[in-house]
Amino acid sequence: MRELLNDLDRWQKKGKKIAVARVIDLEGSGPRLPGAAMAVNEDGEVVGSVSGGCVEGAVVVEALEVIETGERRTVTFGYSDDEAFAVGLTCGGTIHLFLEPLDW
Amino acid sequence: MSDETTPLYTVLAAAIRAEEPVALATVIEGPNTGAKLLVTPDSDSLGTLGTAGLDRVVERDVLGELASGRSGIRHYGENGEAREEAVSVFIESFAAPPQMLIFGAVDFTAALGRVAKILGYRVTVCDARPIFATTQRFPMADQVVVDWPNRLLEDVGESLGPRDAVCVLTHDNKFDVPAITHALATKVGYIGVMGSRRTHENRSKRLREAGVDDAGFERLRSPIGLDLGARTPEETAISICAEIIALRTGRTAPKPLRDTDGAIHQE
Repeated sequence: MRELLNDLDRWQKKGKKIAVARVIDLEGSGPRLPGAAMAVNEDGEVVGSVSGGCVEGAVVVEALEVIETGERRTVTFGYSDDEAFAVGLTCGGTIHLFLEPLDW
Repeated sequence: MSDETTPLYTVLAAAIRAEEPVALATVIEGPNTGAKLLVTPDSDSLGTLGTAGLDRVVERDVLGELASGRSGIRHYGENGEAREEAVSVFIESFAAPPQMLIFGAVDFTAALGRVAKILGYRVTVCDARPIFATTQRFPMADQVVVDWPNRLLEDVGESLGPRDAVCVLTHDNKFDVPAITHALATKVGYIGVMGSRRTHENRSKRLREAGVDDAGFERLRSPIGLDLGARTPEETAISICAEIIALRTGRTAPKPLRDTDGAIHQE
């Protein structure tokens, strides 16, 4: 969160709607620990990261939905052989994210 | 710390910027998902997770997590009962940044200060010689102190803990020996001391005479840094910071990743 503050303040001053995604849990190997965060504004601008770049694209999609609906959600990304899971961590770990609007 | 109409985010951002310890508890599952409690060690908590009982128990747990800088999920009953899972709370700790005290205002100091800032340290440079210890020479430092290292340690030694580092780069026995003995009297996690093998031998003799025992020597990283073959101040700074990381993670014999197996990221 620390590294997001300047951009969050800038976006808030412009009145942009914002969603914040935070790593809340990690199983197995993963590059970022709980607390790692990224934020997305209504224009699709992004700051921060929650993995080594593996899942950020999918997080942006989820975050834009959170901005749209205003509803909080928990999202899990993990490694799977199942091709249905198009997005995952290539390092073999599983991360759990909590996404919410910055309305607090 | 603020009145109740200020948004929690604003209070949180101000505390993080002021480098004051603060933690945010958020309900991530259960009634009142998204509810928050902002906790600091020295003032009343702001916000609520839904019930006074839950707030009271979480506040207690948060202060423990904050003291050790941990973040993670905990489960409670709706009124804070233990061994129930009705509510999941994510506790995120924003501990104050670790400190690095660098003694000796030399070229290596500037490089080490820059790398330490990248790693998130609050950097203090200290040297007794006023023409060398200047903010112009060390613009990256949060603080430049003109004083003897032992006197600075008498002032701030109490505040040093396992996450902090003392790096003695003077390699002058007159400054080094009192700096090291005073650093050993603190709870600082890392004490590294620069010098050639010969300087190290000579200094060790003097430290022994000054009463440093085997347990004290065991704490000292002297000569400072990992054996990376570093030459320049910048390379040396990387070797010192790599040693600090390896000490924290317990991986004291770093080899190339190519020559090891096992997890790259430690739990």
